[in-house]
Amino acid sequence: MTAALPIAAPIREGGRLASAHALVVFSALALLVAAFLSLSIGATGITLASLPRVLTALATGQHDAVSAREQLVLFDIRLPRLLLGMFVGAALAVSGAMMQGMFRNPLADPALIGVSSGAALAAVATIALGNGLAAPFTKAFGVYALPFAAFLGGVSTTLVLVMIVGRHGQLAVGTLLLAGIAIGALSGALTGLISYASDDRELRDLTLWMLGSLSGASWPKVLAALPFALLIMLALPRLVRALNGLLLGEAEAFHLGVDVDKAKRAIVLVAAAAVGAAVAVAGVVGFVGIVIPHLIRLVAGPDHRVVLPGSALLGATLVLLADILARMLLRPAELPLGVVMALIGAPVFLHMVIKRGVGGS
Amino acid sequence: MRIQHSSGVLAGWFVIAVAVLMASPAAAGEVTLTDAGGRTVQVADTSRILAIGGDITEIVYALGADARLVGVDGTSQFPPSALKDKQNVGYMRALSAEGVISVGATLIVASERAGPPEVVKTLKTTSTPYVEVPDQYSPQGIAAKVRLVARAIGAEAEGEKLVSQVEADFKDLAVGTQRIKRPVKAMFVLGVQNGRVNVAGQGTAASAIIELAGGKNVADAMSGYKPLTEEAIVELAPEVILIMRRSSGNDAHDTAQLLEIKGVQSTPAGAGKRVIMMDALYLLGFGPRAPRAARELMGRMYPDLGGALDSGPAGTRTGAIK
Repeated sequence: MTAALPIAAPIREGGRLASAHALVVFSALALLVAAFLSLSIGATGITLASLPRVLTALATGQHDAVSAREQLVLFDIRLPRLLLGMFVGAALAVSGAMMQGMFRNPLADPALIGVSSGAALAAVATIALGNGLAAPFTKAFGVYALPFAAFLGGVSTTLVLVMIVGRHGQLAVGTLLLAGIAIGALSGALTGLISYASDDRELRDLTLWMLGSLSGASWPKVLAALPFALLIMLALPRLVRALNGLLLGEAEAFHLGVDVDKAKRAIVLVAAAAVGAAVAVAGVVGFVGIVIPHLIRLVAGPDHRVVLPGSALLGATLVLLADILARMLLRPAELPLGVVMALIGAPVFLHMVIKRGVGGS
Repeated sequence: MRIQHSSGVLAGWFVIAVAVLMASPAAAGEVTLTDAGGRTVQVADTSRILAIGGDITEIVYALGADARLVGVDGTSQFPPSALKDKQNVGYMRALSAEGVISVGATLIVASERAGPPEVVKTLKTTSTPYVEVPDQYSPQGIAAKVRLVARAIGAEAEGEKLVSQVEADFKDLAVGTQRIKRPVKAMFVLGVQNGRVNVAGQGTAASAIIELAGGKNVADAMSGYKPLTEEAIVELAPEVILIMRRSSGNDAHDTAQLLEIKGVQSTPAGAGKRVIMMDALYLLGFGPRAPRAARELMGRMYPDLGGALDSGPAGTRTGAIK
């Protein structure tokens, strides 16, 4: 299964490096444009042109109805949505890239380490048992019960997996993969059991959650996501060398001086924390984690010095653009984020794969 | 805004304090009410109403206030003109904060089932009053719903008229159900997927309307909607099966698919081909049309009572709601 895509291909220097730099610069610019659009476009038709009026009102403390409405839309609805969108896109794309690098498998995504299925299980439990068994929990956390539960469920599932697989010392990737599938199946079964017991309204909530959305974005969620954004930013530079070493194989990485076992544990835990936080704030958003890293590799090669920052920037851009469409296409109603993302992203990706010829060349 | 997010309790007290202060010198036409969430809401301007929930929209139309209605949600299927004439803010449990705000309503009247919770929370912090309406599957629940909506939109006289009409409809229904000697065993089927039959248990709107119509829900030992095995259906032996009419209108296909299932065929309902098909919102919406939906259902569950029912006092009571 390995090496079908240019994941484990040797790192070529030269021409690739130039296009790599161009790619990172392009992604950063694209993200800037997407962020600007995300603040300027919405169902109310309020644009950034209102910003001076809102700021004056804030500075002078003189709020009229118009500036209060504009402030609400710009600062309390769109800005948290923009920040969370960037976080979700970057976290999912980077985690996907790390998983593919560590498992040396083009199809690897964070689902393999149980974080998605664990988060889904906890979310389903909160939705379905929120008025029954889990009532004290939902009362204590209010509207944040679901995000909090999803994060805890995702991260603790991965922790259990790492403890089971790594209890004899080494965190063997093959065992991790199979054990991850087993844990995923187990959480899936429990999720099915709970959804069997839920009513039609809860089922509808569940389905919507599985399709992802940024519509619940708020400042408390941004604050909650902030430590994880910092974690990713601090951890990535330290994992680049290990990931590049692992591309060649674990023995080769060891000979390059990488503490392989420690690196693998760090990769798994960082990915679990990042994805757990992303799923907590936006529900299940597929596609970004698999497609964005491949897109970067197609253009710039497998060097993680480019793949990781490139994935973060392009992942954030894609989520922002998809979110703009999600909230504008049927306005004032809203489409699920995951649906829009796959609808626009999949054909583009397909086109690139066919045009650039992945696999053999 | 942000202060309210972080210190909900403080903000709550603040709202109560403001409400107390403002309640005494209330301007003409201003209404203070307590909604389903226990919040005190001030309503001043009812010129642009947004209704979230099919039953709420139905009530607003029944109160004759549809000219002031600017937006509805995706579940507002009745009257059919609602989704055509008004802006649609989407499915009531997947609202978008900015989308709702963009409608420019001066009053939001929403079912307590609206969501997601974060969006509802944001909407409650805006200056536009947000009234949460309780949703109980009972005659009293419908009356409470109508009264709160009527009070919120400033149509209390019309509200009382509608409530007394709903109550009269329920009385007519009771006249009919008293004549029932033996409750018919009914089963509500939400859908047939791959031969799996999804059946309504207790606690569902379907179960409530069956009981109101003088039937007995055979599946009331379980709660919510559950897929049943064919054996369980044979065992439950429904005498009549209820299914929903879909908006696509492929009625014959649905009935045929249901009757193709062996387990269904062997029940009294299947053998006698007694399948009742009714409009989903009419039957399960628990709006002001609920007693009439129950009466129609009763008439179809008990065809023998049919003649007697039509000559009853309810026969004249039609067409009050557009």
